[in-house]
Amino acid sequence: MPGNDSHPVAPEVPAVREPIPHVASTEPFDPYSVEQISPEQERYFRASQWQMMWWRFLRHRLAVASGVFLLLLYASILISEFLAPYNYQTKDTLHAYAPPQSVHLFHEGTFLGPFVYPYDFKLNKTTFKREYVYDTSKPMPLRFFCLGDKYVFWGMIEGRFHLLCAPEKATAHLLGTDQLGRDMLSRLIYGARISLTIGLIGVALSFTLGIVIGGLAGYYGGWIDDLTQRLIEILRSLPHIPLWMALSAILPQTWSPLIVYFGITIILALLEWTGLARAVRSKLLSLREEDFCVAAQLMGARPRRIIGRHLLPSFMSHLIASATLSIPSMILGETSLSYLGLGLRSPITSWGVLLNDAQNINNVALYPWLMLPALPVILVVLAFNFFGDGLRDAADPYK
Amino acid sequence: MLGYVVRRLLIMIPTLLVISFLVFLIIQAPPGDYLSSVVAECQARGETGCSDRIEMLRQQYHLDRPFIVQYGYWLFGLLRGDLGFSFEYQLPVTQVVGERLWLTIVVTFATVLFTWVVAFPIGVYSATHQYSLSDYAVTFFGILGLAVPSFLFALVLLYLANVYLGLSIGGLMDPDYIDKPWTWGKIGSILEHLWIPTIVIGGSGTAGMIRRLRANLLDELHKQYVVTARAKGLSPGRLLLKYPLRMSLNPFIADIGTLLPELVSGAVVVSVVMSLPTTGPMLLDALRSQDMYLAGSFLMFLALLTVVGVLLSDLALAALDPRIRLGGRASK
Repeated sequence: MPGNDSHPVAPEVPAVREPIPHVASTEPFDPYSVEQISPEQERYFRASQWQMMWWRFLRHRLAVASGVFLLLLYASILISEFLAPYNYQTKDTLHAYAPPQSVHLFHEGTFLGPFVYPYDFKLNKTTFKREYVYDTSKPMPLRFFCLGDKYVFWGMIEGRFHLLCAPEKATAHLLGTDQLGRDMLSRLIYGARISLTIGLIGVALSFTLGIVIGGLAGYYGGWIDDLTQRLIEILRSLPHIPLWMALSAILPQTWSPLIVYFGITIILALLEWTGLARAVRSKLLSLREEDFCVAAQLMGARPRRIIGRHLLPSFMSHLIASATLSIPSMILGETSLSYLGLGLRSPITSWGVLLNDAQNINNVALYPWLMLPALPVILVVLAFNFFGDGLRDAADPYK
Repeated sequence: MLGYVVRRLLIMIPTLLVISFLVFLIIQAPPGDYLSSVVAECQARGETGCSDRIEMLRQQYHLDRPFIVQYGYWLFGLLRGDLGFSFEYQLPVTQVVGERLWLTIVVTFATVLFTWVVAFPIGVYSATHQYSLSDYAVTFFGILGLAVPSFLFALVLLYLANVYLGLSIGGLMDPDYIDKPWTWGKIGSILEHLWIPTIVIGGSGTAGMIRRLRANLLDELHKQYVVTARAKGLSPGRLLLKYPLRMSLNPFIADIGTLLPELVSGAVVVSVVMSLPTTGPMLLDALRSQDMYLAGSFLMFLALLTVVGVLLSDLALAALDPRIRLGGRASK
């Protein structure tokens, strides 16, 4: 075109060079070399589901701490007799309603190790109140790994060996005593055995009920499902404690404490299974339509095998988490029932039975340490809540 | 809407029938009955003609008939408003319970109100100030509220109220007003005493409610429409009120289905501790002494209270939430 001299600049012709030699790497070919994964990542990708849940759980510090706390408590019920300084039935009528005896380390400036001052009561002539006075001239060192009250270990082996004993000719009521002069600390330690296991056995029962009933409803659907749904709705809309009260009033007074104990766990479980059954059902309903389940069906697996082998394992972790979260309400239920005098009865000792003594407002005012059994109840319920929260978060590690 | 109300009411009939059957099963279950212990007592006193009188009573209340017939008589009695006969008080149950049922409703209603009034602002605050110190504090107290046994809380609060505020211990009114006709002074005294049981019974429910409201609101706050609204320059207060809060309100009303049984349960224990003139203490006594019709009426009443409460909350929810379709079946 005339007048148009803006030619595109021709690219510079490269200088003639030596031809590039043909090179082929002798290294073995690895197409994934670009996306290198560290051993750390590999460990993560190859981890099993349960392993990942474990890692996830460990990240929840509070839940781990609660888990350790609960583990220690449950371990303690194996050796309650050894841990308790006294036998829970030992009565010391000279020290009834004694306040918690404080433990000291220093006597007049010199270090003596843990010791107590003995105390005795004087009846106040005007208020008729027992007033305990320490005798601070005589420090009495506590004994460790020592022989004390007799006990029958788990009802089988007799023994006298304790972790901690009172000094000779003195007392060591670290948490005070009750009306009959029984050591509160020892009774607390023994009470843990009942209070902690009642929740566990109750949950095991309601777990079984929930899985069976919810599983049937969710898998078969139809009228079975409708029936159980209505039943669950009705049971959930009923206030639990009055029903628990009514049911435990059925247990005859003549039954032995052990049977009453099992009766109470069954009663607690009878109303608590509904939540779990609901969870099982809704999970089953959604999983039933998944491909792996259809595949199993096409291959001719029986319902029992499909539920047990394919469906249950895929949401077991969720179930365990929700079961853990329902333990606290059982523990609180037992405590309330025993507190009202409808649950367990002495001589069985649970935290609720111990709190029964604190029913009177006068006791609360005069002997506040009788309310101490509430402290482990609160701690255990809290711990189970945190622990269950951690489990629930960990239950679905792929999120 | 009308069709829905009618259907909901119709569903209540089989529900209540099942409940009444369960209740009757429970109160019938203890071996022996109140009358047989009366016979034993009467004979121990050496009186004559014990068994005749008891036999008459037994026939009058059909205690000699088979279980299902007894249940039928009881059920039809209930429908006619005849709650049966309290063996312990030797009076018809309706006369024994007296004001108790009304006071139970008053206490429960007050507790529900308390739960809402307290849980709402706190829940909103802790959701909008997530991970702040106050959020942690609220969460901590909430969890503590779930863990502390209500009877213990009641005892401590009673003691403190007595020492520092000089309220009379236990009861729902000043002792001077008991069995007196209703006056303004009596109502005032009830209001003065009502707050302790309300706080105690409502405590754990409030904690749960705060937790759920906070979770719901947080879910909403992270949705995109909130971001959009914020990007358009809506003021934070208006933004919060206009959409997310409304969305998270529904569970508030729907929750009464879980809240009410909890509250009624808690109220029974707390009222025993505080000896409130509500159903709790008398139910406990009736259960202990196998006064079956009295216990049965209380159980039935408590169940009815929750069932009706749940019904009301369902109706309110249907009226308030346009998304709830009344016709179709719930999707699974």
